[in-house]
Amino acid sequence: MSDPYGDRGNKDRSITKGGSSTLQAGRYSGQPGPAASDEPFLIGSAMTGGYGKGPDILHDCTIAVEKGEIAVIVGPNGAGKSTAMKAVFGMLDLRGGDVRLDGESIASLSPQARVVKGMGFVPQTQNIFTTMTVEENLEMGAFIRKDDFRGTMEQVYDLFPILKEKRRQKAGELSGGQRQQVAVGRALMTRPKVLMLDEPTAGVSPIVMDELFDRIIEVARTGIPILMVEQNARQALEIADKGYVLVQGCNAHSGTGQDLLADPEVRRSFLGG
Amino acid sequence: MDALNALVALTNFVIVPAVAYGSQLALGALGVTLVYGILRFSNFAHGDTMAFGAMIVVLVTWGLQGAGVSIDPLPTALLAIPFGILGTIVLVLITDRLVYRFYRAQKAKPVILVIVSMGVMFIMNGIVRFIIGPGDQRFADGERFIVSARDFKEWSGLAEPLAIRTTQGITVVTAVIVVALLFWFLGRTRTGKSMRAYSDNEDLALLSGINPERVVMVTWIIVAALATIAGTLYGLDKSFKPFVYFQLLLPIFASAIVGGLGNPLGAIAGGYLIAFAEVAITYPLKKVLGYLLPESLAPDGLVQLLSTDYKFAVSFVILLIVLLFKPTGLFDGRAH
Repeated sequence: MSDPYGDRGNKDRSITKGGSSTLQAGRYSGQPGPAASDEPFLIGSAMTGGYGKGPDILHDCTIAVEKGEIAVIVGPNGAGKSTAMKAVFGMLDLRGGDVRLDGESIASLSPQARVVKGMGFVPQTQNIFTTMTVEENLEMGAFIRKDDFRGTMEQVYDLFPILKEKRRQKAGELSGGQRQQVAVGRALMTRPKVLMLDEPTAGVSPIVMDELFDRIIEVARTGIPILMVEQNARQALEIADKGYVLVQGCNAHSGTGQDLLADPEVRRSFLGG
Repeated sequence: MDALNALVALTNFVIVPAVAYGSQLALGALGVTLVYGILRFSNFAHGDTMAFGAMIVVLVTWGLQGAGVSIDPLPTALLAIPFGILGTIVLVLITDRLVYRFYRAQKAKPVILVIVSMGVMFIMNGIVRFIIGPGDQRFADGERFIVSARDFKEWSGLAEPLAIRTTQGITVVTAVIVVALLFWFLGRTRTGKSMRAYSDNEDLALLSGINPERVVMVTWIIVAALATIAGTLYGLDKSFKPFVYFQLLLPIFASAIVGGLGNPLGAIAGGYLIAFAEVAITYPLKKVLGYLLPESLAPDGLVQLLSTDYKFAVSFVILLIVLLFKPTGLFDGRAH
C-alpha cells in the first residue's frame, strides 16, 4: 500500500518542479561579544547551536581564519564539519557564541547579507548553474556588483585557464573537477574578503584533487583567506596554515597544519596511524 | 498537375491552419513553461489568463471601433493589445500578491500551488464571464484575406484554391517577433539571465544576490504579455469565447510537456507538433488522396482519421505517448 498522504504529488514532474530553495537563514539568539584587538579576520567564536528546534550540534566550537591564510576543518564523519561552516555562514540557529568578520559581528545577518558583506561561499553540491554557460555562471556570481567586473573575470580565467577555454560551454557538461573550478570562480566574482569551501574535492579523482588543491593555494596567494572543510584530512592539512579537528561538534585539536599532522593523538585517532 | 493540386489542398486545409494554431499554442505553452521553470508549478489558470487578456483587448477594440479608430487593412485589435497586456499584468500581479505570495512565504509544496492555481482559474473564469458574458464575441475587422481563394485560382490556374487569412498571417508574424524578443531577453539581458539562474538553482541564485521577488514579478509580467498576445491571436483567428480558452489548457499543457516543461524551445516545438497532429488527424484526406492515387484506388470515404469533435483526444494521446517513452519531454526540460 502506498502512503496516501505521502509526497508523491510533489515528485510528479509533469506538474511540479523540484529543487526549490532549501536555503534557510539561521536564527541568532546569542550575545555578540566585543571584538578582541588582535583577533583573526573571520572568527566564529564559541558557537553553540543546531538546526531549528533540533538538539545542539555544535558545542562551544571556535573556527577562525587569518588574512592570507588557509584554514581547514577536518574530522570524522558526522563531527559537524560542514555544520560548523554553515554556522559561520549563517545557516544554523546559533544559541551562543558570535561570528565576527573584520571585527564586526555578523551573527544576526542572513547568508545573503553575509555575501554582500564579503563572504564567498561554495556549497558542497549544486554549486553551479548547470544549464548556463561557464561565462554566464561567472556573470551571475557578480550579480550584486554594479561596477565593471570584466577585470575580475579575467583574473578568474587566469587562475583557471580551462574555464576560459570552455567559457561558451554549458557548465553542466563539464567534468567534476572543472565544475568545482566554475563553482570557486563564481564565488570569486564578488571579490570576496574571505572564501569558504565546503568539501571542494568531494567526488573527484585523486589526480584532480591534487590539481584543485594547487588552485586553492593559488587563490590564497592572491590574498584571499580561505576556510575549507575537507574529507581528505591528510592532504588538506598539508596545505593548511591552520587546522581544526572537530569531534562531535567540539574543538578536539587545533594548531598549524604541520603540528596536527605531527600530533601522535591526531594521527592515531583519525589520520590512520 | 495533380500532385500540385494535392499539395495546394494540403497547404490550404492543413499546413496554413496548423502553423497559425501551432503559433498560438506555442505562445500559450511558453507562458506555462516560464511559470513552471521559475515558480515551479503548473499554472492551470493560464488558459483563463489568456481569456482575461483577450477580453480586455476585445473591449478596448470595441471602444476604438466606436471611436472610429482604424488601422485598416490590419485589425484594430492589434492597437488594443498593449492595453490588454497592461490589464493582465495588473491582474496577475494582484493575484500573485494576494494568493501566490502567501504560499511562497509558507514555502508551500509545489503541488499545493498547482491546486491553488486551479482555484485562481475558477475565479478568473468567473470574472471573464461576469464582465463579457459566456457567449461568442466577434471583434476582428480589417482586410479578411492576404491571399483569397479566387485570386489564387485565377493566378495559378489550378483547380484547388488556397486562402490565407490576414489573422493567420498576423499570428505567425507576431509569434516570430514575440519569440525572438523573449529569447533575446532570456539569453542576453541581465534580468533574463537571472531568471534562468533562478530557475536552474534557486539556492545558488539567492547566494549570488538575485532577488527572488523581483524574478517572480518579471516572470508574471512576461507571462501576462504572452498570455494576452496568445489569447488575442486565437480570438482573432477563431472567435472569442471564454469557455474555449479553458479547453485550450489541454493542448497548451500537452505542448509544454511534450517539448519538456521548463524548456522554452521545447514549448515552441511542442506547440507545432500538437497543432499539426490535431489538424492533420482530423482533416478528411479524401481530396488529397484523390489527386495522388490512381482512379482505381481513390478512396470512397472521407479518410478522416478522427472526427473534429475528438480533436482534444489527439493532444492527450501524444502527451501519453511522450510521457511513456520520454517522460522529461522531447527536449528534456529538467534533466540537468
